[in-house]
Amino acid sequence: MRDVAVVGFAQRQMKDFDGSPTCVELLVPLFKECYEQTGWTRHDVGFWCSGSSDYLAGRSFSFVQAVDAIGVIPPVNESHVEMDLAWAMYEAWLKIQTGEVDTALVYAFGKSSAGVLRRTLALQLDPYTMTPIWPDTVSLAGLQARAGIDAGLWDERAMAEVAQRSLTAAESNDYAVRKGGSSVDDLLARPMYADPLRKHDCAPVTDGAAAIVLAAGDKARAVRDNPAWLTGISHHVDPLSMGTRDLTRSPSAQRSGAALDLTGVEVAELHAPFSHQELVLRRELGLADDVVVNPSGGALVSNPMFSAGGIRVGEAARRIWSGDTSKALAHATSGPALQQNLVCTLSSTPEGTI
Amino acid sequence: MGKKPAAVIGIGQTHHRAKRLDVSMAGLCREAIDRALEDAGMTLDEIDAIVVGKAPDLFEGVMMPELFLAESLGAAGKPLLRVHTAGSVGGSTAIVAASLVQAGIHRKVLTVAYEKQSESNAMWALSVPVPFNMPVHAGAGGYFAPHVRSYIRRSGAPTHVGAIVAAKDRNNALKNPYAHLHNEGTTVESVLASQMLWDPIRYDETCPSSDGACALVIASEDVADASPNPAWIHGTIMRSEATSAAERDQVNPQASRDAAAALWKQAGITSPIDEIDAAEIYVPFSWFEPMWLESLGFAAEGEGWKLTESGATALDGRLPVNASGGVLSSNPIGASGMLRFGEAALQVRGLAGEHQVDGARKALGHAYGGGSQFFAMWVVGADKP
Amino acid sequence: MPRTLSAPVAVAFDYTRSTGPVLGRFLTGLRDGVVVGARTSDGRVVVPPPEFDPVTHQATTDFVQVASTGTVTSWVWVPEPVKGQPFDRPFAWALVTLDGADVPLLHALDVASPADVSTGMRVQVRWADERVGAITDIAGFEPVHDGGRGASGASLEAPSDDPVTGVITPVGLDYVYAASPEESLFYRSLAEGKLVGQRCPTCEKVYIPPRSACPADGSPTVEEVELPETGTVTTFCIVNVPFLGQKITPPYVSAYVLLDGADIAFLHLILDCAAEDVHMGMRVKAVWKPRDEWGTTIENISHFAPIDEPDADYETYKKYL
Repeated sequence: MRDVAVVGFAQRQMKDFDGSPTCVELLVPLFKECYEQTGWTRHDVGFWCSGSSDYLAGRSFSFVQAVDAIGVIPPVNESHVEMDLAWAMYEAWLKIQTGEVDTALVYAFGKSSAGVLRRTLALQLDPYTMTPIWPDTVSLAGLQARAGIDAGLWDERAMAEVAQRSLTAAESNDYAVRKGGSSVDDLLARPMYADPLRKHDCAPVTDGAAAIVLAAGDKARAVRDNPAWLTGISHHVDPLSMGTRDLTRSPSAQRSGAALDLTGVEVAELHAPFSHQELVLRRELGLADDVVVNPSGGALVSNPMFSAGGIRVGEAARRIWSGDTSKALAHATSGPALQQNLVCTLSSTPEGTI
Repeated sequence: MGKKPAAVIGIGQTHHRAKRLDVSMAGLCREAIDRALEDAGMTLDEIDAIVVGKAPDLFEGVMMPELFLAESLGAAGKPLLRVHTAGSVGGSTAIVAASLVQAGIHRKVLTVAYEKQSESNAMWALSVPVPFNMPVHAGAGGYFAPHVRSYIRRSGAPTHVGAIVAAKDRNNALKNPYAHLHNEGTTVESVLASQMLWDPIRYDETCPSSDGACALVIASEDVADASPNPAWIHGTIMRSEATSAAERDQVNPQASRDAAAALWKQAGITSPIDEIDAAEIYVPFSWFEPMWLESLGFAAEGEGWKLTESGATALDGRLPVNASGGVLSSNPIGASGMLRFGEAALQVRGLAGEHQVDGARKALGHAYGGGSQFFAMWVVGADKP
Repeated sequence: MPRTLSAPVAVAFDYTRSTGPVLGRFLTGLRDGVVVGARTSDGRVVVPPPEFDPVTHQATTDFVQVASTGTVTSWVWVPEPVKGQPFDRPFAWALVTLDGADVPLLHALDVASPADVSTGMRVQVRWADERVGAITDIAGFEPVHDGGRGASGASLEAPSDDPVTGVITPVGLDYVYAASPEESLFYRSLAEGKLVGQRCPTCEKVYIPPRSACPADGSPTVEEVELPETGTVTTFCIVNVPFLGQKITPPYVSAYVLLDGADIAFLHLILDCAAEDVHMGMRVKAVWKPRDEWGTTIENISHFAPIDEPDADYETYKKYL
């Protein structure tokens, strides 16, 4: 494997973005930030890959106009996944691994507020036996939360503790759209929303975009003193069916984590749009109690669709760059109730890359 | 560090039809997958990773359908990727799948691309009015027709060249049992007599709307060496540019020219017309054959139509183009690019049956999408590069 | 004034799904008032039947009828139902393992409050008044008061003579579409009868409509440029084909009009001459709708019409093709 590092990261997150669903206006300043961080121009980028969803935007080919933000004369080596930024990054990492390119800039965007997000996401379900009755995502997560509560794996207090820690951590995150911790008891005193979920157990609907810059070997070292080396990356998917899955588990997350060397992980950025999902992920990844989870506040404080997973990678990378952490884990999820998962490790040294 | 060798060792496709009412989306994909696996002599359990491609989700009304399909496709417990690069997606999906092997990540990768157009209506899905805009859009034909007119003006091509392409591809399709259209007796005259839909594009010069899927098994060198007839990947390329830009050449886009030049270089080809034995080129409207022949470097600028008119692109010509019948005969949009890539591989494996080009050793697979702005191409060969 | 213009967009289509044999069997059962599952290779009875076995990957063939009564294995309260859900009042979603099945099915449970539902409670299918062969044939679940068990477990005989092979699924989504700030400027100018483009600060090309990113350079267009309402048809097509959702009755000419002073053409309609008389290089002029019909839209211009000027020389517009 070639040594590949995250050397740039920029994000924008907000409750209601008033611009176009292609988010070109958001991408232009994001790319500018990436160029400032790397000292590059667009001509230094060997490969581009984006992640977005037509159904989020409400129109076919919503990603097409986004390439304008790159400036595509001369034309670019570019691809698109109908997936989260983290998987766009995977495709770029792959491209670098083939030796075809040494650098990549990946980005994703989504205007969740353009429609009714929890309803739109019902289109991700089985189109014959589920979508016609429009099960919304909040409800599917609630079924999962209750399954764990009934099984004695977690309780409402454990969920509130996750929310409390996220909201407190978010106070130092400029991009969080929800922030401000109080106390676990205070959170538990708040009314139920989608019983067993309270509103703070659910990620806020968030618009936004993000970009990540990857570089191989010396190209990465030339950008930063402390590149965040991607020492491992793995992803898997589970069946969608809510009936045949054990909802208290996420085998695809477990399998992805097991493919990597997670020893020595100090910080984990987990993409858990619902509080109990963090508990599921901690267990599947076997994270020790002293691992700092979601110092950014995580998805519970802002969850821009199609970038939130990749933002976990960026947040983890920032902690490597600053020297605060020597090994971090980042995780991204997609699909209902943690169906599809990607896990990667970022380290201050490329040693031990798998 | 160079790419590790990779080869196509299994190819499967569905019988493409206007409406495959006998199968679900999963069933459609599995029909192609099961054929590809059988061809590769492999089971689903042996596959390391799966890459799915299809065009806009609005076509089937399912957001990221690979999620609900995961189990049926045998992807549960495996890595699954979903690519979407507009019409070029079938090609880009194959390229992403190939790169999983070329990077040394996996040894056996399954890729599948599909479209079940009969679930909705592509003209509708592509023409949902955008507020404040002029609602003059009329699907893909309406989009491309003005650029075809520009080509005709620019090249001075006689107006029957498009009909030559259509008649050739429809007759080639008669030799392809999987093709959607099997229109006996199509002639240049009958094409010219068909209704003008998006002037200057006639009914018989347009692709059909199809249900269909295509699947490929792409394997590493050690696996492919054990296969009786691998199609080795000699080069892959993707290039993108804007839909609309000041002074953008919409007839012969720079992204297309750049992609072709880089592809030939990668594949060690100096004279494409002499070295490529068969080409599967994405031609959804007949005129795109001469247009792409020029852009790809098979003919000089303005001369592509002469190659077509001379019969060089016929099955027995110097450069057979779309021996399978091409997009003009089967168009499950998301799969159309992969069909081009797969048909090119079939040719160099000598497995194209009645539409086999004699002695084909090197072939081009080509796809494009969006407003002639996304390009994906590969060269496959019978010999290991 | 908001920074950008926005307007509602409905994306709606009645999808026609072919079901294939397995889902068809399930939906045929629903139409006939029975719930059909399938036995998978691990011995479990699964509802709805998976199309392909999760272990052997073979198509599912071993169908089993299960009861219409069952047990709640998980549930969630829905305080604010969204459009299209089985009930428009608060209800619960429940995972229900039907008697005779080994894994649960997801559907709505009609109860008045979260206090009326619990894991382990017994429920039964409430069938829709009219059944068509769709998951909506189950109107929802409702509590069983006598706890009774229905007939189940019987292997199914030959399928119905008239199996369900397709299902129509309406998918309607409502969005608010917003134009970019640059486009908003363009549309607002149109409401004042002006055609306003912007120049890219990097390549100096004049874009109309202006762009949030010049596609060549990636920089937003900035300097406003008011353009005249005259221009040249660069290329065009005559649309003869009718299609669903079409706003203009064919045949019509959809043409790229390059306004004088612009560096990019945009699509509009050409009228006031026969379609066959439209040609490349033709000089045209905007024809505006009556002022009281104007809004913030390019549709303020009804169409472009030929003007009495010599055609533009091909050399002047060929680089815009």
